[in-house]
Amino acid sequence: MASSKHVTFPNKFLPYLLLAPQLAITAVFFYWPASQAIQQSVLREDPFGLSTQFVGLANFKHVLNDANYLNSLQVTVIFSIATALIAMAFALLLAVMADKVIRGKGVYRTLLIWPYAVAPAIAGMLWLFLFNPSMGTLAYLLRSTGYNWDPLLNSDQAMVLVVAAASWKQISYNFLFFVAGLQSIPKSLIEAAAIDGAGETKRFWTIIFPLLAPTTFFLLVVNTVYAFFDTFGIIHAVTRGGPGKATETLVYKVYNDGFVNLILGDSAAQSVILMVIVIAMTAVQFRYVERKVHYG
Amino acid sequence: MASLELTDVRKVYGSAVEAVKGVNISINDGALCVLVGPSGCGKSTLLRMIAGLESITDGTVKIDSTVVNNLGPAERDIAMVFQNYALYPHMKVYDNMAYGLRNRGMPKDEIDKRVRDAAQILELTQLLERRPKELSGGQRQRVAMGRAIVRSPKVFLFDEPLSNLDAKLRGQMRVEIKNLQRQLGVTSVYVTHDQLEAMTLADILVVMNGGVVEQIGAPLDIYEKPASTFVASFIGAPPMNLVPVTADGSGLILKDGTHIGAQGLAVPTSGAVIGFRPEDLEVSAGTDTHIGGLELDLKVLGVEPVGAESYVYGIIGGERVVVRVAGRSTSQTEDHLRVIIPKEKLHLFNEAGKRI
Repeated sequence: MASSKHVTFPNKFLPYLLLAPQLAITAVFFYWPASQAIQQSVLREDPFGLSTQFVGLANFKHVLNDANYLNSLQVTVIFSIATALIAMAFALLLAVMADKVIRGKGVYRTLLIWPYAVAPAIAGMLWLFLFNPSMGTLAYLLRSTGYNWDPLLNSDQAMVLVVAAASWKQISYNFLFFVAGLQSIPKSLIEAAAIDGAGETKRFWTIIFPLLAPTTFFLLVVNTVYAFFDTFGIIHAVTRGGPGKATETLVYKVYNDGFVNLILGDSAAQSVILMVIVIAMTAVQFRYVERKVHYG
Repeated sequence: MASLELTDVRKVYGSAVEAVKGVNISINDGALCVLVGPSGCGKSTLLRMIAGLESITDGTVKIDSTVVNNLGPAERDIAMVFQNYALYPHMKVYDNMAYGLRNRGMPKDEIDKRVRDAAQILELTQLLERRPKELSGGQRQRVAMGRAIVRSPKVFLFDEPLSNLDAKLRGQMRVEIKNLQRQLGVTSVYVTHDQLEAMTLADILVVMNGGVVEQIGAPLDIYEKPASTFVASFIGAPPMNLVPVTADGSGLILKDGTHIGAQGLAVPTSGAVIGFRPEDLEVSAGTDTHIGGLELDLKVLGVEPVGAESYVYGIIGGERVVVRVAGRSTSQTEDHLRVIIPKEKLHLFNEAGKRI
């Protein structure tokens, strides 16, 4: 009976009651703000906030024709791909290495997981302190090698810095999942491959990596969403979207336009577009990428 | 095809745990050697050392008179069938079998021919395009066998390959493995903890216990002349009955003090263990004395009819024993039976458990 899909509740209302907390949280923290954003996105306020006017899709039209918006779209794509790839590649490398350690495995793992406990803004500050051109310890070293390090002026260097900070923060999380993924691969498979004449590199690419596919796919979704949304704190702390608009991601622009420049209509339109992008992206990942994934 | 020779092979884990304590086995070309023993006896460790999955602390492993101690698993030209089959779950049956050949850079049409031949032998042709998770336990087992035979290696290694199958399938596969091994004539080492599997498959049977070899020989020789009480109780089902005795001038004394005639048995006064197979006891109805046999009194504790035969459980001289009788048994609990062990069926072991 344990496998039966039908559960009988003693009371008709009990299942709804049990679902209520989750539904309430989703409603209050997602549907309500989301509907507010949608509503705001079709309104325009006068500079003093005294009157609001329905403008249809004018805000969207304005946003999509804005060169700055298209720039931030491009910045986001570069930033997200770089962050997700770097964070996942490093995490996989570390996980494979940590898996080989025989003595003190637990210590290595614990140390590698720690950075995840650091808040994004703090992580950003750490990197800022290390790489700030005027006072950063590592920036000083870089400059002493003759490299002209100045992320406050050089937009490529600013991007490198935020990508580094954002991926550093996410490596621990990915590491944790890759370690678990590696542990779930039966040792006998690796041994069978060794007997079958596959060297270490070949074993990794033909056996281990394909078997990690479910983990990798899950992390791809999580990391993309992370790079899109959760990196606000890092960008805010490190570059504030600068220099110019070189590191202004979509999320950062929403904040900038709405809360700094107080263009609420445009900001709301942007967040609605962002919502659509993320929904579409997740759907695409599940529809097309997941097909290539074998679960056990 | 090759011979396999183990000389003084030892395995020590860390600095103190000795899993295999100096094993010598020599297997002729084409023979099937079965390593049998209880769990933790070192049989799997020994197999993994032959495979190259475990380093050899001491001694040598020779395949075809080449010492392979320092060769990797791939260079030893062996194939192994794992207990959990270790099929690659993301590859089709075809690719599972072809993987080892591709890694060795074999031409494509040769690979195709070999895989299809193996599939033919194992009746897997219909399943080549399936993935392992779409197969039943028995089919997976065949694929694992297929992966081993396409390589036509020098030695096959089997690590309890049937223990994940149900009893009926296990019986079938046992016969198939035996036939296949005969047909291909590949030297094989087979590890199992199942004495029935060991008896039926082996050309050479190696009984292991606590990291040492207790006895090596043909299965029936071992059955008929077990070298120790351990072997006697491990091989055969139900196991051999073992009754400790001491001796004085006039005869033998059982644990409960019963005196019996020694019938010319040379039992050391310090004590010994007499052993007899459940099927070797004769239940005597009359009062006739069997010439040259031990005559004992058995108190019946219970009877287990299993169809063609019945097992009568009882006590002789304070020791639990079992007697196998053909057909049904009319004995009742608390009955006393007069049983006779013919002298030639009697096994005698010394205090340390070694055969006298």
